[in-house]
Amino acid sequence: MLTSVWRWLTDGGHWQGETGITHRLLEHLQYSGESLLIAALIALPIGALIGHTGKGKWIIAVANAFRAIPSLGLLFVVAMWFVSRLTGDSAYLVPTIIVLVILAIPPLLAGAYSGVSEVDPAARDAAYGMGMSGRQVLANVEVPCALPLIFSGVRSAALQIIATATIAAAISVGGLGRYLIDGLANSDYAQMAGGAILVTALALLVDGVLAVIQQLTVPGGLRTTSVSRRKQRAAAAAVESAHAA
Amino acid sequence: MLSFIQDHWSDILSRAVEHAWLAGLPLVIGLLISLPLGWLARRASWLRVILVGGSSLLYTIPSLALFVLMPLIVKTNIVDPINVIIAMTIYTLALLVRTVADALGAVSEETTQAAIAMGYTPIRRFFGVELPLAVPVISAGLRVAAVSNVAIVSVAALLGIRQLGFYLTDGYQTTYWAEVWTGVVACLVLALIFDLVIQLITRLLTPWQKAAVS
Repeated sequence: MLTSVWRWLTDGGHWQGETGITHRLLEHLQYSGESLLIAALIALPIGALIGHTGKGKWIIAVANAFRAIPSLGLLFVVAMWFVSRLTGDSAYLVPTIIVLVILAIPPLLAGAYSGVSEVDPAARDAAYGMGMSGRQVLANVEVPCALPLIFSGVRSAALQIIATATIAAAISVGGLGRYLIDGLANSDYAQMAGGAILVTALALLVDGVLAVIQQLTVPGGLRTTSVSRRKQRAAAAAVESAHAA
Repeated sequence: MLSFIQDHWSDILSRAVEHAWLAGLPLVIGLLISLPLGWLARRASWLRVILVGGSSLLYTIPSLALFVLMPLIVKTNIVDPINVIIAMTIYTLALLVRTVADALGAVSEETTQAAIAMGYTPIRRFFGVELPLAVPVISAGLRVAAVSNVAIVSVAALLGIRQLGFYLTDGYQTTYWAEVWTGVVACLVLALIFDLVIQLITRLLTPWQKAAVS
């Protein structure tokens, strides 16, 4: 079984053309990247603002409740609603992007909110004491200090998006999920497993790259003590464990 | 939707039971395995890196991909429900090993010292003091895992494994709204039941918490 999967993956013909791995990989990255960007533009400012003001915490609770909705169900509901209203490729692409954005918002919100609200009160007070306005404190102190947790949310969101973009092949969009769905339809296990390996590799790679970026975003002043690092790790664990795939 | 539920009541129930097994059994197995692993992760920092890092690495594998890869690893058939049980156990472990390690780490030093001074052996201390005190945090992690498991199991419907996700795929293929909504609501209700059961068990295991509140 392994050899047939290996043969499928290493067959040069499978990498070329409209249905080739290279093209499918780029499609997958494109949907995922666009959705992550849209979701981040919506969720990060709102999350940071809730953390800064302490108002509107119910939004976080509502977003977290959304995680209980099975992503497959959400995908089909949104796709069915759009299929009679849009034509051509966009009939499947638009609902896919919408679902990916919806699923990415809760972890992003949680990351930005807990990142900002858990900033050391002493640092916040010091900034106010130096005469900074609320906006300056948010932009120059709270957000930089919150970056590790914000990125923890971004990682969770990215993984959620890559996983769901795979399932989205069930509503006829491209991406690497096609190999899993088409392979199943044709009883071609080598193709399915090959696709699964590619998706897994993509998820691990994206998570690894984001993890490195996350490390680099830790502000210099926060890198010193092991106590604060342990605190951050515990907080990051809370955000990550709240993430449902 | 109500008439669909009425007409398919027995089928919905039997699928719900199967869904509960596929999501719940891994929860129990995962919890039992994560307790010793979480305890080990507290022993040394290199063990923590391997155990917590390794398990969260497994969590990055997309669910559909993990279901599909199972036959390669355990030599099963692609439609075998065992694949889903193992895959869900892996996800549960990925969430709980870290939670258990953090929960045990949150037990205060004074409490542990007091237990040692009272002559508790390490094993009795773990089961008699540290584990009971860690229950609330572990339970919070377990609730997240439970809700996530119920949602992820429905993805296995794409592979034709019997559970509630069938109403999602079947309803989509036949553009039958009532059926899709039934699938979504049934999954949500099941997740809610799991959540309530875990909360109830937690309350029974931690009677001192109620006493502290009142």
